[in-house]
Amino acid sequence: MSCTETIQNFAFRSIGYGERMLPRTDFTLCEHFTLIGSGMIWNIYYGLVAILFGFFAATGLAMAKNSENKWLRKPAEFFIYVFRGSPLFIQFFFAYAVFLSLKQSVPALQPLTASWLGATLVLFCNTSAYSAEIFYGALRSIPKGDLEAADAYGIMGWTRFKRITWPTMLRLAWPSYTNEAIFLFHATALVSFSSFPVWQQRGDALYYASYFADKTFNPFVPYPILAFYFILLTLVVITIFGAANKHLNRHLPQERRKKVRVKFNIFR
Amino acid sequence: MFSYCTDPSTLDGLKWLSCYLTTGKHMSFYASFGTVLALLAITAPVALLFGFAGASAARARIAPIRWLGKSYTAIVRGVPDIAFFLFFVIALDQAFEWMRHKVKCPDWDQPIRQGSDFIVCDAAKLPLSSSPQWIHEAYGFSLAVLTFAIVFGAFAANVLYGAMRAVPRAQLETAEAYGMSHRQTFWRILVPQMWTYALPGLSNLWMILIKATPLLFLLGVEDVVYWARELGATKTAKFSDYPHGNWHMQYFFGLLVFYLAFTSLSERVFKRISARLSHGQATAAGEAQRKAAQ
Repeated sequence: MSCTETIQNFAFRSIGYGERMLPRTDFTLCEHFTLIGSGMIWNIYYGLVAILFGFFAATGLAMAKNSENKWLRKPAEFFIYVFRGSPLFIQFFFAYAVFLSLKQSVPALQPLTASWLGATLVLFCNTSAYSAEIFYGALRSIPKGDLEAADAYGIMGWTRFKRITWPTMLRLAWPSYTNEAIFLFHATALVSFSSFPVWQQRGDALYYASYFADKTFNPFVPYPILAFYFILLTLVVITIFGAANKHLNRHLPQERRKKVRVKFNIFR
Repeated sequence: MFSYCTDPSTLDGLKWLSCYLTTGKHMSFYASFGTVLALLAITAPVALLFGFAGASAARARIAPIRWLGKSYTAIVRGVPDIAFFLFFVIALDQAFEWMRHKVKCPDWDQPIRQGSDFIVCDAAKLPLSSSPQWIHEAYGFSLAVLTFAIVFGAFAANVLYGAMRAVPRAQLETAEAYGMSHRQTFWRILVPQMWTYALPGLSNLWMILIKATPLLFLLGVEDVVYWARELGATKTAKFSDYPHGNWHMQYFFGLLVFYLAFTSLSERVFKRISARLSHGQATAAGEAQRKAAQ
């Protein structure tokens, strides 16, 4: 089988198109690259959905945590504490068990036990909590002069939030938020190893990488390929978030602009 | 455990629960919390040692050593560490067996990689196939510890490298002015002062290490996650004296609470250490302490 055929057969294997049977013997380098790359579709999906929704949830949570109202602040603090204080791996297991028992009482909730919805929900809650903590920190360090100036101009309430508070918060939080986004993409690698079942071998990148490693008993090929894909993904995230950072800082003089510094990998 | 536990089917309520929670398997479950703590207790100092070596190497004046240190810290960047965990366990195992193979069976003529198999001579197998069960478990556990130490050592190296650079340059210059050698400056001035700068990063790392311990399960060690899955699964009356439905939710909730308690306890301890370390330091925290004492 030539490499083009392999790509045709397996490029979308992880979402159920193409050849049904995974290769079993005589694994070629091309098969490694194609299947692991195919699994990356899921990693990108989990990451994108969780970040997209998590961004808004995190803004809300950060505002709630910063609020003077006890009834808003306490629940937000508790949510952030629970999701930041416990391992994501345990969160996956616990959530799956909860979803299973929910399914038994309410059959309509069946999709929650599938990883495309259930795991995404857990990742969403997790990234909301971590990002909310970052946003909260940024909210606390908004220069007080900015808010006083807004008051002096008579900018109040929603307008003040939209024009002053939120953009400044984002600007201050963006470098850390970039790191958070990178870590979230890395965290998606856990999904197929938590209890969410992999249906018809449609797994994510790490699922296929460990499939190859198990079959060939040779970790030196699939894992570096996986690493290659993740480094590529990391670079794309840095590029996109860097562009956003530029946009957020466009009104500042050159030397006061905060650069996005990518820190080392953090596990959760 | 208790005398009334001989026939569990006649029991109910609290009595049943007290018997259920003290079965042999539950004792193994409780012991596995010890496994997690043991892993933390061994890994943290070893990783710190690796990190210290890495950070010192990254500052070395000899270029190859510096490259080695820098690439060690850089290699964990950009890749999910779960991939490292899965990779190192197999890779380390094969590396050890390969080395033993070279030493113990020099006249072995077949290739080690035969298609999809990794074959070494019997004398080089780790652990030996004749050794008792506990050696197999201990070997698996030490592989896991080594893997954790390598990965977290790289993180720690990153933190310590930053901390070493954060020590004010003037301090080192003063040491040089007093005629201290490079080595003396390093051990007497730099190392004692760097901890206050390293502590925020290290405490963060400790939290991450705690939260990474469930990965032991993936490395094939019978840890808390393994037992929670095992004990929480549905038990029928045919195979168990204590039949029950699917209790995964309850068991994993217990684990969740355990980890939450553990992380908040650590947070409190680190606050104390931080207060002690900033004592007398030329930092904002140290200055605040000095003002408060006046």
